[in-house]
Formats: sequence, structure tokens, C-alpha cells
Amino acid sequence: MKPVLKVRGLRYRYPDGTQALDGVDFHLDQGECVALLGANGSGKTTFVLHLNGLLEGEGSVEVCGIPVTRATHAQVRAKVGLVFQDSDEQLFMPTVLEDVAFGPANQGLSPQDAAARARVVLEQVGMSSALHKAPYHLSSGEKRRVALAGVLAMQPEVLVLDEPTTSLDPPGRRELVKLLGDLPQAKVLVTHDTELARVLATRAVFFERGRVAAEGPVDELIRRFDWSSEVQKSAE
Amino acid sequence: MHIPDGFLSPPVWATLDVAAVPAVALMARGARQEIEERRIPLLGVMGAFVFAAQMINFPVGLGTSGHLVGGTLLAITLGPAAASIVMTAIIVLQAFIFQDGGIVTLGANVVNMAVVGVLAGYLPYRLVSGAGARRDGDNPTSTRWRSSAIFLGGVLSVLASACLALAELLISGVPMPRRMLWVSLGLFLVSALIEGVITLAAVGAIERLNPLWVRSPKDSGSRALGVVAIAAVLLVVAGVVGASAAPDGVWSLAAQLGMSAQPPSWLHAPLAGYQVRNFESTWVRKASAGIAGLLMTYAICALAGRAMAARALTTRAGVRQRSA
Amino acid sequence: MHHVVVEQWSRGSSPLHALDARAKLGALLGFLIAISTTPPLAQAAFAAYAGVLFSALVAARLPLGAMFRRAALVLPFAATFALITWWSGDGARALALAEKSFLSGLAALLLIATTPMTQLLRALDSLGMPRPLVLVIQFLYRYLFVISEQAQHMRLASRCRQGPSAGRRSRFRAAAGAVGVLFARSWERADGIYQAMLARGFTGRFPAFAPARFRIRDGAFLVAVTAISVAIRVSL
Repeated sequence: MKPVLKVRGLRYRYPDGTQALDGVDFHLDQGECVALLGANGSGKTTFVLHLNGLLEGEGSVEVCGIPVTRATHAQVRAKVGLVFQDSDEQLFMPTVLEDVAFGPANQGLSPQDAAARARVVLEQVGMSSALHKAPYHLSSGEKRRVALAGVLAMQPEVLVLDEPTTSLDPPGRRELVKLLGDLPQAKVLVTHDTELARVLATRAVFFERGRVAAEGPVDELIRRFDWSSEVQKSAE
Repeated sequence: MHIPDGFLSPPVWATLDVAAVPAVALMARGARQEIEERRIPLLGVMGAFVFAAQMINFPVGLGTSGHLVGGTLLAITLGPAAASIVMTAIIVLQAFIFQDGGIVTLGANVVNMAVVGVLAGYLPYRLVSGAGARRDGDNPTSTRWRSSAIFLGGVLSVLASACLALAELLISGVPMPRRMLWVSLGLFLVSALIEGVITLAAVGAIERLNPLWVRSPKDSGSRALGVVAIAAVLLVVAGVVGASAAPDGVWSLAAQLGMSAQPPSWLHAPLAGYQVRNFESTWVRKASAGIAGLLMTYAICALAGRAMAARALTTRAGVRQRSA
Repeated sequence: MHHVVVEQWSRGSSPLHALDARAKLGALLGFLIAISTTPPLAQAAFAAYAGVLFSALVAARLPLGAMFRRAALVLPFAATFALITWWSGDGARALALAEKSFLSGLAALLLIATTPMTQLLRALDSLGMPRPLVLVIQFLYRYLFVISEQAQHMRLASRCRQGPSAGRRSRFRAAAGAVGVLFARSWERADGIYQAMLARGFTGRFPAFAPARFRIRDGAFLVAVTAISVAIRVSL
């Protein structure tokens, strides 16, 4: 199986000096789904921003065999679809249809073709009724689905989702999980939602202070790092 | 200060609509650095910020609250050309969506608030800071000059746009008894002072969060833009004064063009006419005094800036000599 | 009345909704200029303008009462000047000022209530408004309600936190702080938006607006309204 993502020795230092990533190795095969777990600030989001060239660090990052450099940004961003944590920042066009058509339009499609592709993808995520609505009027779950559609419209090979189930109500969460499960692309899920990881991911990677502390089956890592979402009232 | 439709006479709104077109085009194109396409989301979001910030109450005494207008704040954080475009966007949306200000009068409102208001607000800051009075924490004098420039910018921005609006209404023949005129000017002055105080406080709060957000004028706008700005403000104010000194001329012109407005009856009544003429000369005198004051203010700012720059150079030289 | 309602109206359907926005803009301009230049004594003209607007409202299937109430919001400003003019002895002009304001406001509102913002912006763009300005308006509109809501929450939160005896000075400083925070969040939001744009292939130029066709019926509408406005202005 050809790896769709290959990362070797990735290092990144923030402008203020903090070492956010300290030598990360990572690989993702076609069709795989990997969950990235770890505390806030452990480098998970910083890491995924390197996958489509939004951040540039030391080391090598390859997407479908293409090394990620300034010259290859356009190609890479067509292959890696990133769904951000903040849907309001991701849905920046005035209406749903225009937003989902933004990606295809940037890929060279005419306005009409871009809109046509947008319609198809919105149908796929179940948001056809909201074509001309303003994102302001959508619920969190609906916004998340539209953001996903905006990314799918570019026909990527890898989906990277940063905290996809945050602020979703239970039905919204269930719908999103089902939607993601049906998608054939390889996926990287940055998440605190261990249930999501359990259901969708075949493998988990645990980040700690900018490094990969462990890698393995989801259940095993959850147990090992005491990462379960279950809570109990403290004993009297 | 947003002039609605129905108040300005055709010569006035038509002239301003025509004047606004090249002004906005110049802003949209000039200072490319400020308006490159990658900055457009920032400008849009900052426009939304100004709208929202206008809702925040600033208690200013006597049980009333002031609100931020925002032209000077935008100019200091985004640069004058960008601020102009953002204010224009705000005015257009206010007119269409909230019917705050008219559509035929868009030209007038844009010239008043987005062009003159923004440039008048930015000039003191540019003149003082640009020539060398940097954000110098060790030098309390230069910080004080900078703060004064920011405050002054806020004051002048509101004062200039409000007075311009008032002049446009007067030229259009909107009747205003002398007493009401002075009350209006007084209110403008109060609003202007409030804007100065609020702008200064807001810029301070923003700077504390991230000093990089408040630009050093060195990296904004060309010198040419600065000269154009001063020229524009002077021309407009001079033109307004000239026109207001002879409203009869404007009226007869309008009548000759076959446009509606017959001069209002109060202008015809003999006693009223005498009063108006009397008032006219005082108005011209007061307006000229105002312009002179404005020029002096800008001159002081420029000189202060230059003095700061000179001092900074000698201090640096002195330090270098000592360490040598 | 919140703009949300007007936005909903703009997505309705009626003969007026279906017209090209450029035609509606042009018609509005002609209509406004006619109103603006009408002499104060021509009360018959004002009645005729009102009649035209009334029929347009009916054709657009918009709720009359709500529209009138919304348009009446322009009256306070007009009322001040109208009263002054009345006291100066020119009753006719006073009435005319109030009527002109109201009719102009209602006409503008009619445009907005029958034209989604996207179409309006597209029309402004094709009529020659500088592209940077159109795009800034687009983004402003998108985030207007989001950030306003944020400001509302901040106001509420600070009111809850302030003691009843909070001095003017401290409340002033709190307000300045709120503006600072709102600025910071907005700027950071803009950074996030830019990253989201890059992630979906933004190369520095925005995709062009899809062109709309100007049909004969749009031209006919424009000509008709202009002719009616001129006729009223000249003959009444």
C-alpha cells in the first residue's frame, strides 16, 4: 500500500521560541483512519498544519509522494483536505453554495461548474436544503457538514479533521460519525472524543510535548494514557 | 451624521457623488500594500468589528454614554487607505441594510466620513509618529506626543466630517436657526472630544494585547498620499466655506438648471434675509478661523515630530560616543 | 426588527425577486432622484410615489405593515429637521422633508427585501464598483452578525460582573478593554479565515463572480420604472 502521507523528523519552532514539534515521524496509508490524541498544546494541531503546507518546518513531509514545498502547495492542497476546528472561520463566504464552490473555483473550474460540483457534494452531506442560506443561520452540526463539503468538493485523497465533534449535539455527532464512516478517503482525526476514535480509527498516535509518545490500537492507547472520556463522581 | 435621502439639494449630492467616485477608486488602488487581496478578509472582518464595537457603551458622565465611531482607530491599525475602504464599506451597508444614511447621498456620506474623516483623523498621528516619535517607552515626552496625536486624530476626524455634513445641509437650504447651529456645533465638539478619548483608550488596550497591531506610520502609505490627503481636506473645507458664503448663488444655479428646489420662503422674507446675510459673514469669519486653527494644529504636529526625530538622533549619537 | 427577517424576505419568490439586481438598482436610483428633486408643494407627486411603492410591495408579496414599520425608522432624524423647518414657518417644506425621507427609505428597503446580498454585490461589481470594495463588503456582511453577537455577549457578561457601585472610570476602562479584546479576537479570526482560504487553494486572486444575464424583462422593468418616475416628477 502506498502511503498517502509520509512525515520524517518534523521539527517546528514558534516565532516566540517554543519548540512545538520535536522530531515527529508519521505515516498514513490509503483508506486508513488514524486518530491523533494528546493534551492541549501537545502539538497535534501544529502537526496537521504542516500536512498542507500552512506551516513549514524542518524535516520532510510527503503527500502522495509529492514533497511539500512552496512550489507544490497548490497540488498538495488539492490532495489534503483540512477541516478546521472553527467552522465560522472556515465558512467565510456569504452563502453555503458559494463557500463550497470556492475550492473548485480556485482549482480552475468555471463559476457554473464549481457551483454544479458544490451542489453534488452538498447533496452528499445532506445539506441541499441550505444552498442559499448564510452560514450564520446554521447550527454547529450543519456548519461542520458544510465545511466538510467544502473540502470534499476539491476531491482530496486525504481528509484531516481538527476536533470534528466539538460543540456538536448528540444527534449532530452521530450524523457526522456516520458521514465520516461512509467516506473512502484516508483520514486523520485530531480529537479528544475517544468514542469517535474508537468507532472510526484503526490506529492511534499519542502526542506529548511535540513528540510521538506512542502509537498503536486505539483502545490500548486510551487505557495506557488514561485517556478515557468516562467520568465518575469522586468518592465521598 | 449619516445624511438621509431628501435633505440635500441636487447640486450638492450630485457633486459629492461625482467626487466620491475617484476618491474611492484612488483609495482602492493607492497604497497597494494596504489593500492587497490577501488582506481583504481582514478588512472585512475589521469592518464588522467596528460595527460591533459601536455598540459598546463608554460612560462619559451626566448619565450618558459615548460610542466609538472608529475612523481614526482603523487608520492607525490598518493604514489610511485601507481604513477609507473599510469605512466606505460600512457606510454602504449602513445605507442599504439599515437605511442609516441615504443612497443618493452615499457620495456625500462617503466623502464626509470615509475620506475626509479618516484622513483628518490619521494626519496628526502620521505627522508626529512618522517623523520619529516612536513608540518609545523610555521617553515619556514622545509617548505623550503620540497619545496627543491619537486623541487629536479622533477629535478632528469627527469634527471634520460633522462640520462638512452640516455645511452640505446648509448649502442645500435646510433651514437652521442660528441658535440651533451653535447647539449643533457644540454637540459636534462634544462628540469629537468623546471620540478622541475613546480612540485613545481603545488603541491603548489594543496595543497592550499586541503592540504589532498598531502600525508604525513608516510602513504605511506613501508621502504622496499624505500630501493628497492634506490637499483634499483643505480644498473641501475651503470650497465649503466659499459656497456657504454665497448660498444664493447656489440656489439660483439650481433654479436655472430647472431643478426643483425653489429657495425656501424664509430666505426671501426681508428681515430674515438681512439676518441671513449678517450671519453669513460671521460664519465665514468663524469658518476661516477654524481652518487657520486646523492648519496650525497640523503644523505643530509636524514640528513636534521633527523635534522628536532630532532629539532621537542626538541621543543615539551621544550614547554611541559614550560607549566608544 | 432584526435584519434576519429582512434577509428571509429577500429569499422569497415574486416577480420582483426574480428581476436582475442591476435593473432594480437602476430603477431605485431613478426613483430616488425623482423623489429628491420634487418640489415641496407637489403633494400629488408624493402620493403617486407612495402608490408606486405600494403596488411594488404587493407585487413582491411582502408584509405591508412590517415594511412600513421598518421604513419608519428613518423618521426620527427627519422629524427633527422637519420640526425646525415647521417652526421657521415653512410647513410645506417640513412635510415634504418627512415624506421624502420615508419614501426614500421604503424604496431602499424594498430593494433589500427582494434582493439577496450576493446578487446585490454581484450587480455592484458588474456596474463598476472597485473589486476590493465589493469583496470587503462581502466579508463585512458575512461576519457582521457573528461579531455583533460576540459584542452583545461581552456586554452582558461585563454587566453581570460589575458591581452596582462600579465607578465611571472603571466602567470606561472596562469598555476600552472590551473593544481591545473584540479587536484581538476579530484580527485572529481574520488570520484563521486566511488560513482556511489558503487550505482551499487560494492563490491571491478571488474567483470571479458568476455573470448574470440581463434579460429583456429586466430592461423593460428598468425603463418602465424610470418612465413612471419621470412622468410623476414632471407632471405632478
